[in-house]
Amino acid sequence: MNELSPTVLKPESTHPTGWGGIVADWSSDQRAFRTASWGKAMMWIFLLSDTFIFGTFLISYMTVRMSTVVPWPNPSEVFALEIGGHHLPLILIAIMTFVLISSSGTMAMAVNFGYRRDRRKTAILMLLTALLGAAFVGMQAFEWSKLIAEGVRPWGNPWGAEQFGSSFFMITGFHGTHVTIGVIFLLIVARKVWRGDFDEARPGFFTSRKGRYEIVEITGLYWHFVDLVWVFIFALFYLW
Amino acid sequence: MAQSNATHGDTQEHPIRLYLVVWVWLFVLSACSYMVDYFGLVGYLRWSLILLFMALKAGLIIAVFMHMAWERLALSYAILLPPAVLLVFVAIMVLESHYTLFTRLAFFATG
Repeated sequence: MNELSPTVLKPESTHPTGWGGIVADWSSDQRAFRTASWGKAMMWIFLLSDTFIFGTFLISYMTVRMSTVVPWPNPSEVFALEIGGHHLPLILIAIMTFVLISSSGTMAMAVNFGYRRDRRKTAILMLLTALLGAAFVGMQAFEWSKLIAEGVRPWGNPWGAEQFGSSFFMITGFHGTHVTIGVIFLLIVARKVWRGDFDEARPGFFTSRKGRYEIVEITGLYWHFVDLVWVFIFALFYLW
Repeated sequence: MAQSNATHGDTQEHPIRLYLVVWVWLFVLSACSYMVDYFGLVGYLRWSLILLFMALKAGLIIAVFMHMAWERLALSYAILLPPAVLLVFVAIMVLESHYTLFTRLAFFATG
């Protein structure tokens, strides 16, 4: 056996960076994502696939909107509300945006306290995130009921191009489903954090494997992604 | 962003202040995009502002909240490059919808 000289065996901390690092990580028959655990890497890959789902929804919305000969309903007016005698355009959507961004902020801090092993603060911030998420879904339910009452259907609406309704229900419905699943996911993980599962290495109910605080960050990745999708929906569907 | 102040193993520990600053920026940028609609800006100014605020918000969320700025490039590129291909899809569908609109105007625009 030819012994490698000690200088060739680099310690783990001196991985090459930049393009050299990408080539080194993806080659040499090793794990490509050196510093990311499998759980985090798989969540990222799931989010990548979800990006394509929402991407195709938004692209199909663009296509029907660009190709219709009937004027598109003005979202600024469709989603306007009268509050205290003032006519405010798009106000509900703006509030929903701020609620979702706040939930992202609390989630980011929950992840931070999770890595500091602060059980109490992590659980409270996750519950607050779930509460804001539930508020978002509630406002969306209000928005849907209002539009349905005004006669918006997937096949038509009182103001213009029929495709408005189908795009609206499809895109916001899929996003709302994601938020709802996220709230459930948050509640499950928050309960585990609160009970101290990750400090006592308690086996999970489904896989019987010990959980780690990293699951808080993985939950956070999903939650931030839901917020991220809303950034695009807000800009491209509501503001455009 | 600096690799040094970040990764201990695979955990992410940053000062809380960083998250608060990003949170405030996200609020400001959202308020700005709402103002675009509130003041009724139109045309290229409206579209460029909307897309600018959208891109800045998305960048902040991905880089800081999702910690992409501290991951190794092998992961970042594997996740961030494939969605860029969607832009090709957008370009194809723009051409397609121009053509659909043209045929509709040319053959069905009587009624």
